[in-house]
Amino acid sequence: MREQNQEQTAAAKRLQVAFFVTCLADLFRPSVAFASIKLLEQAGCDVTVPLKQTCCGQPAYNSGDYESAIPMAQQVIALLEWADYVVLPSGSCAGMICHHYPKLLDDQWRDRALQLAAKTFELTVFLNDIAGVKPQGKPLSRFPTVAYHDGCAGLRELGIKEQPRNLLREMCGIEVSELQQSEACCGFGGTFCAKMPEISGKMVGDKLSNAMATGAQILAGGDLGCLLNIAGRARREGQNIEVRHIAELLCNEIDTPAIGEGS
Amino acid sequence: MEQHSDSFLDNASAALKNTEQAKRLDMIAVFAPQMRTAAVAGFKEFDALRDHVKRIRQHSLDHLEHYLGQFEHEAVNNGNHVHFARDGEDLNSIVLDICQQHDARRIAKGKSMVTEETSLNAFLQRAGLQVMETDLGEYIIQQAGETPSHIVAPALHKSADEIRQLFQAKHDLGARELPETVDLVGEARQVLREHFLKAEVGIIGANALIAENGYSMLVTNEGNGDLCANLPRVLIVCTTIDRVLPLAEDATAMLRLLVRSATGQSQTSYTSFYSGPRRETDVDGPLETHFVLLDNKRSEILAGDYREMLECIRCGACLNHCPIYTSVGGHAYGWVYPGPMGSVLTPLLTSLEQSQALPNACTSCGRCAEVCPANIPLPDLLRDLRHEESVKKLSAPRWRFGLKAHAWLARRPSMYHTVTAIAINVLHLLGRKRGSFSRLPLAGGWTSERDFPAPQAKTFMQLYKAQIRQNDE
Repeated sequence: MREQNQEQTAAAKRLQVAFFVTCLADLFRPSVAFASIKLLEQAGCDVTVPLKQTCCGQPAYNSGDYESAIPMAQQVIALLEWADYVVLPSGSCAGMICHHYPKLLDDQWRDRALQLAAKTFELTVFLNDIAGVKPQGKPLSRFPTVAYHDGCAGLRELGIKEQPRNLLREMCGIEVSELQQSEACCGFGGTFCAKMPEISGKMVGDKLSNAMATGAQILAGGDLGCLLNIAGRARREGQNIEVRHIAELLCNEIDTPAIGEGS
Repeated sequence: MEQHSDSFLDNASAALKNTEQAKRLDMIAVFAPQMRTAAVAGFKEFDALRDHVKRIRQHSLDHLEHYLGQFEHEAVNNGNHVHFARDGEDLNSIVLDICQQHDARRIAKGKSMVTEETSLNAFLQRAGLQVMETDLGEYIIQQAGETPSHIVAPALHKSADEIRQLFQAKHDLGARELPETVDLVGEARQVLREHFLKAEVGIIGANALIAENGYSMLVTNEGNGDLCANLPRVLIVCTTIDRVLPLAEDATAMLRLLVRSATGQSQTSYTSFYSGPRRETDVDGPLETHFVLLDNKRSEILAGDYREMLECIRCGACLNHCPIYTSVGGHAYGWVYPGPMGSVLTPLLTSLEQSQALPNACTSCGRCAEVCPANIPLPDLLRDLRHEESVKKLSAPRWRFGLKAHAWLARRPSMYHTVTAIAINVLHLLGRKRGSFSRLPLAGGWTSERDFPAPQAKTFMQLYKAQIRQNDE
């Protein structure tokens, strides 16, 4: 009887996490989402993936189409607000929910947005600061040198800097090589990269040069937008660097083709 | 100033091809943030002071009429003339009238972005006056017939070699070659000193107007402001109405943020307060002094959704930290104010129609807001301007409709998952071998600069739903 109680308490203590895949992971790199779910489960969470999720609304919002972004934000809030925690493998989508939904919405929806914001976390923040239990990860099959790209929204809206470095150190024994100009934007910026390609090209060219200058074999990051941008530039320039989401490293999924690499 | 913001993309493209200038901008992108970071790190009160000054600025703008009235009253008591100018033309005519009343032929001018906004120099020159810019950077670009590319360092775009060639072409140098930078400075100083002594009217700007005593405050590193203010018989201070602050200590509090943010110094070489004309006991100073306070849409901005922009203290930190500004330089923005602050101000002071590209020259990276000493949420203001463009249908139709279509689909999850799965599966089949596309229909903006990474075989939703089905069986 006593044992059963303990079990129940333990089960009750498991954090109920709603996982928001983010559209770029859904479409371009599902392995990032599966790796994230694995990490969350290892950290003792019950993970649910609400099936009706699509996109957080950033493209419309950042392009100034608030009228389209508002119903998307409401859709996301209604879909996720039941959970103890919402976790996403992207700093910019987490920033969208935490900082921009409350600005975008009014009245009751604003209150609901603020409540959702309070329990929404980017993956590395959740694993490092919130979950309490570090996932054990999986020993890496090889020991690459790794540089880390800090996505702007994560860095400045959510203060993500130490968390991914700490996880890589503790779980993989990797000490990150730092980029020069690490606080500079990679030039992705959502639709910016396609609206102002030449300027974006200059910015991503600079970012890639700084990544190459570290001599790292892998450039990791927490935002697929940035990573697709930098990986695409690396392929264009013929630079030999693997670009990967940090969830892949933490799960030792580094023997699959990196972003933009052929199979 | 004539506006070329509508050709921002072409201007930017030309600037990116100017490799010499791009190299200098790359250096600014590295060193300016380092200097600012060091200055702020050595000043622990920075963040607290930033909040304090923000409250003061908000308070002064909330009670702008009151403080402008107080300033006017005190300034008149000090013996100044105070003029209010509705727009640029108004300011220019007031200044010209003053010059003509004194039969002035020569004007010594300190650095002033406000008079760039009103094209004062061209206006006075058309009336036959000789106007000489006395800030070194402004002097250089005046000689070159160019406009400022930075609000603090107007000749930032020019190399020492270019300046040497310019002086060789414009000055009577004889056999002198001006080999070192210090020779260039010496040469300009020589020319300017003569002008200071001959000028009948001096024109300067102001970093703040102080309501309690009717003084204006100005910071410079060259001391040219003081020479403009003290040597000619008449002094005219041109600035905008939003510069007014209640107390002298408010102005000095703002100063401590301004200088660190602008140049990384703890203090500029010269910080001057101008009270009014020479008093009987004074040995020097101007005999007559004027303030011309420009509105030029500030009242409108104050009453609208972008009023926080009036809290800008013109330090230039947002320019130095903006990846777009440091890629393309100031001239690409096509008007007086470049960078993030300029991309907000230009549409407000001219029109959104003429400056449609500027609010889009932003990745929302947030670095400008992070360093802004006035705590202005620049990326939010830029996004709000993009919203206005969207509402007014100023943005390109293909983007507007594309985003609407995406949003429409994203609100229909089942359809979204089906449609995206088909598209992704096709993309994967086409791109899996190489791993990325060097060209792709409808993605020309992306693929002109980088490959388009191919997706993994299936979407997450396809795989995940299949997993659930399997578990159910």
